[in-house]
Amino acid sequence: MRFDQRHLLGIEPLRPDEITTLLDLADKYVTLNRQREKRSGVLSGLTQINMFFENSTRTQASFELAGKRLGADVMNMAMQASSIKKGETLVDTALSLNAMHPDLLVVRHPHSGAVDLLAQKVNCAVLNAGDGKHEHPTQALLDALTIRRAKGRLHRLNIAICGDISHSRVARSNILLLHKMENRVRLVGPPTLMPSGIEHFGVEVYDDMREGLKDVDVVMMLRLQKERMDGGFIPSEREYYHRYGLDAEKLSYAADDAIVMHPGPMNRGVEIDGTIADDINRSVIQEQVEMGVAVRMAAMDLLARNLRARPKEVMA
Amino acid sequence: MTATLIKNARLIDPSADTVTEGGVLIGDGRITAVLSLSEAEDAISRVPQENVIDAGGACLAPGIVDLGVKVCEPGERHKESFKTAGQAAAAGGVTTMVTRPDTDPAIDNPEVLEFIRRRANEVTPVNVRPMAALTKGRQGREMSEIGFLLDAGAVAFTDGDNVVTDTKVLSRAMTYARSLGALVIGHPQDPGLSKGAAATSGKFASLRGLPGVSPMAERMGLDRDIAIVEMTGAKYHADQITTARALPALERAKANGFDVTAGTSMHHMTLNELDVSDYRTFFKVKPPLRAEEDRQAVIDAIRSGLIDTISSMHTPQDEESKRLPFEEAASGAVGLETMLPVLLRLYHSGDLELPTLFRALSLNPAKRLGLDCGRLEKNAPADLILFDPDKPLILDRFKLKSKSKNTPFDGARLQGRILRTLVSGETVYKL
Repeated sequence: MRFDQRHLLGIEPLRPDEITTLLDLADKYVTLNRQREKRSGVLSGLTQINMFFENSTRTQASFELAGKRLGADVMNMAMQASSIKKGETLVDTALSLNAMHPDLLVVRHPHSGAVDLLAQKVNCAVLNAGDGKHEHPTQALLDALTIRRAKGRLHRLNIAICGDISHSRVARSNILLLHKMENRVRLVGPPTLMPSGIEHFGVEVYDDMREGLKDVDVVMMLRLQKERMDGGFIPSEREYYHRYGLDAEKLSYAADDAIVMHPGPMNRGVEIDGTIADDINRSVIQEQVEMGVAVRMAAMDLLARNLRARPKEVMA
Repeated sequence: MTATLIKNARLIDPSADTVTEGGVLIGDGRITAVLSLSEAEDAISRVPQENVIDAGGACLAPGIVDLGVKVCEPGERHKESFKTAGQAAAAGGVTTMVTRPDTDPAIDNPEVLEFIRRRANEVTPVNVRPMAALTKGRQGREMSEIGFLLDAGAVAFTDGDNVVTDTKVLSRAMTYARSLGALVIGHPQDPGLSKGAAATSGKFASLRGLPGVSPMAERMGLDRDIAIVEMTGAKYHADQITTARALPALERAKANGFDVTAGTSMHHMTLNELDVSDYRTFFKVKPPLRAEEDRQAVIDAIRSGLIDTISSMHTPQDEESKRLPFEEAASGAVGLETMLPVLLRLYHSGDLELPTLFRALSLNPAKRLGLDCGRLEKNAPADLILFDPDKPLILDRFKLKSKSKNTPFDGARLQGRILRTLVSGETVYKL
């Protein structure tokens, strides 16, 4: 059981055995979280700062709760309203923050690569909570844990990821993770929402939803990122729902025991029919939220162990 | 003026496409004779001893004519000035800097051009030949005073990377330019497709989540510009051709007899998109770095002569403009000093012969701009460089003479060093 990372910046640098290590530990935290007494002290004495340069409710809450359950001192910084608006650069913000000696830094930023840049400038462990269109590693890990618990394994599954792949960091992290764990990944969506060069990612690409869903074990729906659309990718929401919205009819092409996932927040009636989302026999959307807290606890626990094992560095 | 003799050199002659051993005799700022080894030994007696330069077997080539150097005067002197750019050029073997008009304000009237010429003459050890904006303020709406600017010494007209989107404006400006015989330099890029792009679209851009531009945007831009050349008969040069897909269009235009030439940049010949790696912003250039197949195609096109010129596209940026998330970071890299050692990688790899390299670096750009330098011939200006193509160097960006240190080659192991640079027969740099 090894986890050799200093930061969690993406799925790309992780080895399959590191992913398994993290998921195994997360399983233990699921059990802890289901008890009346939920506290653990593994992060006590450590400071966790959540820096969100982009709006987020659920991811930030999930990280905050994860830190608090492990006994860290958690601080939230709403970066939208702060010095960034006053013209301070990201690197300067990082250096100021570094001077306050945080141990864990959770960062979300609207630009791809911004979290990597920040990680180069600070001494603490950095967790990527989503950077631009690049990666969202904890989401992919919580999806993996959800799949593993529902299906009993995380390999040799047929998994369809459907919708706006192009603007989705969730899709990128999931493709990388599911690929590393030796699954067959299909991408389903209109060609205008497929990133270029995607055929080189070892995936099968479908623009017909029914074909794409045929016999899959897992259906992962993505949010249609309306705020990211800077110009006509699809003709209209209603045409999108007609062709790519998940309803009972389209889902019937998947395996009988296929599960339905969604990273949230959902647009009911745009990418997913409300009754499917609420169907407790198919939908694992609520479990995903639960797994999110456990996975983030596991990630911070592992990074903190590495942090404590490292000699204290001289300040930059 | 007394004569100077350079002896015991390997003479790189891009016009004759030869490498021979010998020397040159210099007088009154010009090459007075190109000599064989024995002739050079005979000439020693005619030259004062302190004016004899023994090259010791090093290469002697016509100095580089760098088409498209950004000196950040006026407007951004904290990034680069004529003084620092001139020192960098001398150290890099660039004997003529052809400067870009994308300054602040743009060089779009004879008064600003006059300022450039005065500043350049005061502090720059190498030749400076300014280009001027094609349209006022590089806004793409009204043509600049092309005639006055030409009289004031502008060697070409370009809006830099601001593509003139209004084809009516562009066709009128090019028609007017044709009547004066002025050279128009375009940036072939479809502005709609390339808007907001930070990388070339494809697997790498998708993996890094960076907004990409299809390489097709370059071909679309070139096709459009060539159509306007056909319509107007103007003299046209494409600043940077960087993709395989644009090459057939260029070949057709040349075969059809249009007055069209093209350049490329040192970066697109020596780096590819994967060099960006973990969002290294010093590798962010415009147009973005391309796929490896494109790089190979561009090298082939230089070898065949389809692409005529190689530039450094020297673009100084300070640390603040580069220490940002990749999408927000400024584009461009400095290249005056690193151009020759970096391009010599292609010589050492067997991709390019030295005369071919200097045809694209010195001869062709000079010819295209109507300058009489760029040649290793009798009566040509004695703008010369002596270099050792094998001498090793580990590049340290903080040792660059440019005010800005944004080179993608920091720490690179290179082979090839400039030993001496002469402008009009005078030594302006010596290692």
